[in-house]
Amino acid sequence: MKIKASDVLKKYTMVIALVVVALFFQHQTGGSILLPQNINNLISQNAYVFVLAAGMLLCILTGGNIDLACGSVVCFVGGIGAVMMDKNINVWAAVAVMLIGGLLVGLWQGFWIAYVNVPPFIATLAGMYAFRGLSNVVLQGFAVGIRNTTFLNVFGGGADCYVPDFFHGENTNITCLLAGAIICVVYLVLVIKKRLDAKSKGYELGPVYADAIKAVIICVAVMWIFNKLANYKGIPAALIWIGIVLLAYGYITSNTTMGRYLYAVGGNEKATKLSGIDPRKVYLFAYINMGLMSGLAGILTIARLTNVQPTYGQGYEMDAIAACFIGGASAYGGEGNVFGVVIGALLMGVINQGMSIMGVDANYQKVVKGIVVLVAIVFDVMSNKKKK
Amino acid sequence: MAKILLEMKNITKTFPGVKALDNVNFQVEEGEIHALVGENGAGKSTLMNVLSGIYPYGSYEGDIVYDGEVCQFQTIKDSEGKGIVIIHQELALVPQMSIGENMFLGNERGKKNAINWNETYGEADKYLKMVGLSESSRVLIKDIGTGKQQLVEIAKALAKNAKLLILDEPTSSLNETDSKALLDLMLEFKKKGMTMIIITHKLNEVVYVADKITVVRDGSTVETMNCHEMKIDEDRIIRGMVGREITDRFPKRTDVTIGDINMEIKEWSVFHPIYTDRKVVDNVNFNVRKGEVVGIYGLMGAGRTELAMSIFGKSYGSYTMGFLMLNGKQTVLKSPREAINAGIAYVTEDRKGNGLVLSNPIRVNTSLANMKGVSKNGIIDTDKEYAVAVEYKEKLRTKAPTVEQNVGNLSGGNQQKVLLAKWMYTDPEILILDEPTRGIDVGAKYEIYCIINDLVKAGKSVVMISSELPEVIGMSDRIYIMNEGKFVGEMKAEEATQENIMACILQSAGGGEPK
Repeated sequence: MKIKASDVLKKYTMVIALVVVALFFQHQTGGSILLPQNINNLISQNAYVFVLAAGMLLCILTGGNIDLACGSVVCFVGGIGAVMMDKNINVWAAVAVMLIGGLLVGLWQGFWIAYVNVPPFIATLAGMYAFRGLSNVVLQGFAVGIRNTTFLNVFGGGADCYVPDFFHGENTNITCLLAGAIICVVYLVLVIKKRLDAKSKGYELGPVYADAIKAVIICVAVMWIFNKLANYKGIPAALIWIGIVLLAYGYITSNTTMGRYLYAVGGNEKATKLSGIDPRKVYLFAYINMGLMSGLAGILTIARLTNVQPTYGQGYEMDAIAACFIGGASAYGGEGNVFGVVIGALLMGVINQGMSIMGVDANYQKVVKGIVVLVAIVFDVMSNKKKK
Repeated sequence: MAKILLEMKNITKTFPGVKALDNVNFQVEEGEIHALVGENGAGKSTLMNVLSGIYPYGSYEGDIVYDGEVCQFQTIKDSEGKGIVIIHQELALVPQMSIGENMFLGNERGKKNAINWNETYGEADKYLKMVGLSESSRVLIKDIGTGKQQLVEIAKALAKNAKLLILDEPTSSLNETDSKALLDLMLEFKKKGMTMIIITHKLNEVVYVADKITVVRDGSTVETMNCHEMKIDEDRIIRGMVGREITDRFPKRTDVTIGDINMEIKEWSVFHPIYTDRKVVDNVNFNVRKGEVVGIYGLMGAGRTELAMSIFGKSYGSYTMGFLMLNGKQTVLKSPREAINAGIAYVTEDRKGNGLVLSNPIRVNTSLANMKGVSKNGIIDTDKEYAVAVEYKEKLRTKAPTVEQNVGNLSGGNQQKVLLAKWMYTDPEILILDEPTRGIDVGAKYEIYCIINDLVKAGKSVVMISSELPEVIGMSDRIYIMNEGKFVGEMKAEEATQENIMACILQSAGGGEPK
């Protein structure tokens, strides 16, 4: 099997765009965007985008369906959790309530979409209004602060939101470096195992150099990021949650039957139905997941901001949707993957942060964001056209 | 000799990596019906797209001489301005709009910001009359049948002052009566001096209407036959298309023993999903034995697909009555999943619409109906899935570089094989094949027939729904004839001829009660 340069270029366009954009800001900001502290901020500030986008991807896969309500749900469940903690209810009970609350919201919306055939746009628009209103009701219109330190430490809020260094390194965080190294080793082992396995079963294999180059790039990138983080305060707690979510959803979309059904329903619902799969269950699954992720994003958001206000989460749904589309998910469903979403979210994050450091007016930042989304989609549409 | 209206000289069109047309020469005389035939992917549609400006001047090599002048069409509008109008295989009508609105879409009567509705509907009615439609032009497209929609397309073309009409597979979605009416309409237009090019797979139609036949093979025109100079029959055309003689269009079945009854349907009635008091399938009884191919012949709209889908886990209809016996045991199947588990497979009629996930690779499509076979506790064993896909790709000789190829990029025949593979992998006892060879070329058809033979040899039962008479007669052991929701006849293949099957339908239509 031969690999064409143009194919590789096409597959990793957004990765290349990300590198180019990062280098651009690196130049414009005099090197400050890639400082350890800013890398750290990039991850923690955008935690909600990664988490919501993972959930959103499942909905989009089923046919370009989106969830407009998730921003309101973030605020709603966050509000419930904050009020509970404010009343000194056990922190884990509050966390459980927030996650289950998100899940129930997903079930509610999924029910209307899957079983009553309400178009997702409408069903979630209704949710967007309703849960925003309910957030206000829960918070009674006020900001509620969060003082529970366990909660803040575990979900990455305030100043101390890092995995402690068990080895007490002097200038660098050894735990963090070690974690990076372990990730690289595990990755390499998995790649080699996969190759050996495929070879023993006589399957067609890509050239060794392709896998080798990919592995080297990934390992270098991982070590680079963890090194940066180690030079600051270590692994931000939010990164662990992001990591868990992305790994889980990467696995669900690529290795489970339910993941397969998401793509199939988005690609051809009638064919899927006649293949003995109930599309309604697939929609329900996607929206329940979206709800669960909204719950988790709510937790991460209120932890980072250490309080809840009735306006929190506004526009979050749009960030998540944009990350998916920039990351190559098809607006018609059936195409897209978690890796793309990660790149999409990072690209948005880098642009945001770069412009903030440069001191670009916040209004113009929005204009730039809008243009980026449009360009990404135009690019996707054009390259698809060429394929035909 | 009549004047040459159109001449395409040395047309060469290349796509990245493929030469779709190679030095094609093609001549059409004024006032003739010229048929363009060839296997799928031979380049017929590409040639017509070059002619109509869909591939603009400059993207191909060669010259188009039309009505004595060299033309350089940039868009479809340019070619339509000259009177070259193409009617595509897929109908391009907006269902929610009226006939009149559709007819003048993009070509509106009156001023740009003030449409003249009287003129629109008046003109539209005039053209509708010309194609023999009695409907008012205010009727919505979605309220008339496909046959009439095809006629509206033709009326739409006439409204554009067509001099050269190109019809791409005009009858592929029409039943025999409507097809015949359409062909007769073409002959009538010919008398009035219209020039037409028809692209079709149905060779009997070619023989019926064409003055000349040009055969396209592998991107070149191999020959042009004049039907008035020599007698042309279907075998002669097939020989030209495939470049060899196909001695037998239907492979022989040997060593097949027909066993016990595998599935039996009794007093089966199905009601329309929206108009719930209308019976779409009316009191049908039939059975299929192990190792037997049962053909169900009927015109389009006879209720064949509805019957099949209602058996397949009540996938159609508001309400189903009757008994289904599998292996002598009465069974109720409430969903496609239950039907699959009970050993029934339904290979759908419309492979693109409700058969395959075109954006997914062969591997994914092959396992879609039997994910249990390649997964454990909801986790997919990708190795196994790959192996399964490769196994079926080889077994059915699907032509594709790898099983990772998206099925959307395959030809019709190969898509059909992937669809068959998907259902064969569910390991069914009974396969219901709905129009298994529609729109695929002669060579691929033969291979599909061989697969059917292998299936019955392995003791499976096959129910084949088809609206191609030669295929039903050539492949079935037993034939049921369906008309207007009822079974109106049953005969053994040896007794069946095209004539007595059609007679069966005509009798029932004459004697039946009006709806």
